[in-house]
Amino acid sequence: MNIRIDGVEYPATKDRNLLETCLGLGLNLPYFCWHPAMGSVGACRQCAVLQYPDEEAEQAGRGKLVMACMTPVSDGARFSLETAQARRFRQGIIESLMINHPHDCPVCAEGGECHLQDMTVMVGHRDRRYRGRKRTFRNQYLGPLVHHEMNRCITCYRCTRFYRDYAGGTDLAAQGCHDHIFFGRHEDGVLESEFAGNLVEVCPTGVFTDKHLVHDYTRKWDLQSAPSVCAGCAVGCNTLPGERYGRLKRVHNRFNAEINGYFLCDRGRFGATWVNDERRLDYPGLRGEDGRYNAIDHHGALQRIVSSVERGAVAAVGSPRASVEANFLLRLLAGPARFCPGFSAVEQPLVGEALALLRASRATVPDIATMETADAILVLGEDVSNTAPRIALALRQGVRNRAYAMAAGLKLQDWQDAAIRNLAQDQRCPLFIAATAATRLDPVAARSLRLATPEIARLGLRVADALAGDNSNDYSHDNSHDNPDDHSVHREAAAIADGLRDAKRLLVVSGTGSGDIAVMQAAARVAEAFRDTGREAMLSLVVPEANSLGQALLCEGNGSPDLDALAASAEAGEIDTLLVLENDLYRRAATDQVDRLLANCQRVIALDQLDNPTTSASHLAVPAASVIESEGTLVSLEGRAQRCFPVFPPHAERHPAWVWLLATLKELGREAVSDWHHFDDVTRGCAAAIPALAGIAAAAPDHRFRNHGVRVPRQPPRYSGRTAMRANVSVHEPKQPEDEESPLAFSMEGLNRDQPAALLSYVWAPGWNSNQGLHRFQADVGGPLKGGPAGIRLLRANGGATPLPRHATAAFAVEADEVLLVPRYRIFGSEALSAISPGIRELVRPACIELCAADAERLGLADGDGVQVGDNAAALPLRIDDAMAPGCAGYTAGYRETAGLAPNTRQRLRRVAHFSPPGPTVIGSDRGGRHG
Amino acid sequence: MLKSALSQLQTIWTILQHSFTRSETVQYPEQKPYLAPRYRGRIVLTNDPDGEERCVACNLCAVACPVDCIALQQGVKEDGRWYPEFFRINFSRCILCGMCEEACPTNAIQLTPDFEMCEYDRQNMVYEKEHLQIDGTGKYHDYNFYRVAGLAIAGKDKGAARNEAEPVDVRSLLP
Ligand code: SF4
Ligand code: SF4
Ligand code: SF4
Ligand code: SF4
Ligand code: FES
Repeated sequence: MNIRIDGVEYPATKDRNLLETCLGLGLNLPYFCWHPAMGSVGACRQCAVLQYPDEEAEQAGRGKLVMACMTPVSDGARFSLETAQARRFRQGIIESLMINHPHDCPVCAEGGECHLQDMTVMVGHRDRRYRGRKRTFRNQYLGPLVHHEMNRCITCYRCTRFYRDYAGGTDLAAQGCHDHIFFGRHEDGVLESEFAGNLVEVCPTGVFTDKHLVHDYTRKWDLQSAPSVCAGCAVGCNTLPGERYGRLKRVHNRFNAEINGYFLCDRGRFGATWVNDERRLDYPGLRGEDGRYNAIDHHGALQRIVSSVERGAVAAVGSPRASVEANFLLRLLAGPARFCPGFSAVEQPLVGEALALLRASRATVPDIATMETADAILVLGEDVSNTAPRIALALRQGVRNRAYAMAAGLKLQDWQDAAIRNLAQDQRCPLFIAATAATRLDPVAARSLRLATPEIARLGLRVADALAGDNSNDYSHDNSHDNPDDHSVHREAAAIADGLRDAKRLLVVSGTGSGDIAVMQAAARVAEAFRDTGREAMLSLVVPEANSLGQALLCEGNGSPDLDALAASAEAGEIDTLLVLENDLYRRAATDQVDRLLANCQRVIALDQLDNPTTSASHLAVPAASVIESEGTLVSLEGRAQRCFPVFPPHAERHPAWVWLLATLKELGREAVSDWHHFDDVTRGCAAAIPALAGIAAAAPDHRFRNHGVRVPRQPPRYSGRTAMRANVSVHEPKQPEDEESPLAFSMEGLNRDQPAALLSYVWAPGWNSNQGLHRFQADVGGPLKGGPAGIRLLRANGGATPLPRHATAAFAVEADEVLLVPRYRIFGSEALSAISPGIRELVRPACIELCAADAERLGLADGDGVQVGDNAAALPLRIDDAMAPGCAGYTAGYRETAGLAPNTRQRLRRVAHFSPPGPTVIGSDRGGRHG
Repeated sequence: MLKSALSQLQTIWTILQHSFTRSETVQYPEQKPYLAPRYRGRIVLTNDPDGEERCVACNLCAVACPVDCIALQQGVKEDGRWYPEFFRINFSRCILCGMCEEACPTNAIQLTPDFEMCEYDRQNMVYEKEHLQIDGTGKYHDYNFYRVAGLAIAGKDKGAARNEAEPVDVRSLLP
């Protein structure tokens, strides 16, 4: 199919609108309201072009103005972008937008990457003719993450379309009328959606900006960045962190068509600035007699590590948030039998089982983009909005497939956003949620059940049976047929199975977040049963951390000791030196237990970024570079190995953990590492040694790769201040740091074009300074990058060699004075590092116990009481929350205070006399947010 | 032949005339020449007419600088103003081209007629904000960026800038 634009024939595809087609052809056509992930609504009128009915009209220049974003292309269609009529129209639109636009660019955090600036330059509008008064608005306080400056709005409606329509938020809307349209909340307050941060990138102007950045601002052209991977959870969203003066300034989305697409969650976007924290370790610290730490240099530290390792029995604790390479080297150092992967004793079997199920299942293990194609979804026991938020956003898109199906029936194309939403109204694909408490996805769910964990497992098994048409299995104990609850589970399962009757692609989501292996197994069985009916099934299992699955792959099948086993051998005096890698053990087990473990080891060496209780209990604390300052491979929950690269060279003695460990192994004279010099050697060594990780070397090009003969720059072409940045230290400028470990350069030299996707270090194209320039990097507008997919899948679909286990679960019942302890995760707080990032820190609430009112009454407890769970030392405040399933007490998981609690155990809650609730963690108030 | 002889004579005459014009050579440094205010010498940072720091740390001077000798970091003051937390010019690199002044949207950065900046130690050519900031408005007396910008600062609320309407009442649906 061909179309003619300004007299030139171009190829075109039918399912694309004209704007997408033009952008895909590399033509410059300005636009505002169209968004590649959200389609067109034709609101801004910026993308006007002239359409000619036929050749004769084209010759005569007689056509009609159409909005390119709302115009389907058809074979032989004729358009003009360049004709004076269309140009004048587009210029007129910009001029009218500029009538009220404030004179703010110098003090606007969007400046330099502002789509409005780009489009203004693109249409050639220069002088303001309007001399009247400008409309103004008052700003709102929208929380510590997003800054509001309403004067700059151009009423494109992208914000509400993203926030409400795409992300399902309710507290941001367009208000007012005529030219008084205001985008904000009904009153000042923190934006509720966990995806609010995307407004920063979605809004084409400086209305919504990153509050952290606004207060420590650097223009985009001055930000050094490199492809990185979010360490906030196991989804593995791709990020572009930006640095200047050795500080992380902001994190932007790095497009990956298969994972995060255009959007990150707020934990990922705002949760990385902890790397600037003053508690970062800078130099190795050796604990003296008086308990104080003395800084030593890296030679000294290395000698001490080596002599400690040489002197006695070594054991090591790795970390599911550290890179595969660092963990691999540590495992090499301590030996597989003495390497604990660093999960808590509860998590270790859960993650192991998740991996086993992913391997055993014949269902597809989907990436995020594939999840969005599901036409029916079942979520079992995993609160994805808090444990793997980006998946929650994908599920919200999945339920819209009903709308697209309806649209297809009317021959509406997928980009017709307003029409499709109007058509479908509330009709959605079925989403069934079974959880121990309310979830944020409930409003879009067809059915959302509050069940105790064992009931969730039972529900899953029954759904599987119902799908298989098999009613003979009895997953409960004998008496359950008299149990009314069981009948209801049975009924619900039948209803769910019935709801899946017409589905063609079922997505089952579960994970370690329920704390129960049986729930994951049930999820796998549902997927399997659905697949057996000849339809397509997907199974996604959420694991806790950025490299949890990598760690499980590294330790698969060799019986690595868990923390309890390690504690036991320490108790038996079998550990002289304990090495702890990037892991605060006090978040993994009860305080007294960790105290005992560390005390039973003669020497504890902790390699970490931050000063934390574990490093404070060590004899030698060694500073490590963070994920943003070092290279590493992380394996996401779908089994995708992804490489991250250092954005900037780390300060002081903060070396990447793999550097410390490789140096130690070399000092020890270990044969295996004798000719390993580079990061790539470690990666390849790991790939060779661990068959399950054989693919990781291909996650990104190695350090010898050159892009058309040159490196890929980390700094944009107009990086400024190079001869003054360090001039206060010395006027003699040092050479730019060289990067020996990757094909990227710590400078602006090189070529940021045509590179493999894993090496995309910033998005910039001539005329397109904002992130909207991304289409210049995409093979297909809105589609995959020209450089192919980033990362490599380690888990491949397999034949279901292992039969899935069928465990019977006991029917759930609690004694009169007991509750079932269930984990509750929080997007802000349950992940330790993001929780101390400025901004997020203000949103972290203290850990608590949650009960429904009926249970609280049964146990004689009241809201605000302090309760102790079993013999856990810490007293936690009680919150009455009717969103909790009856019989279940939710505890805030991932906090130090709750590290000793075991999920899905029956416990007694004891009321603590004289309990003073922990003070609010809010630090300071809004920084300048109220001005105007 | 005749033509070239004439030309020779004309040249000699012109040169002779110079013997009677005033000498342009001055006895520098005892005697200082007049330099117009627009002369491009040592760079200063100026204040606005209210006596507040003009620079809003927008970074345009830094990016305009062809030798990249300006570095600064933005900060936000209590009153809502953007300002440079530090502002550094490495004069040992500066070519006094004036591009920074051209780029500056607030008239903060200005080149002055002072060119006497020799130092024995190159390090002393690195000027920080305290060396750059002057007390006055420099060459441009009236411009006050925040009076025309939409950003509200203490003492200048929304709607109070030049040519601004009162803030909109978003609750009103009146036409
Ligand atoms: S939104 Fe863009 S055009 Fe408007 S003030 Fe900010 S940078 Fe300038
Ligand atoms: S706030 Fe931004 S995204 Fe929303 S309508 Fe205004 S310009 Fe568009
Ligand atoms: S979903 Fe997970 S990986 Fe993605 S941005 Fe959020 S925290 Fe990071
Ligand atoms: S251009 Fe002017 S306002 Fe902007 S940083 Fe430079 S001196 Fe300051
Ligand atoms: S992009 Fe086409 S009308 Fe807005």
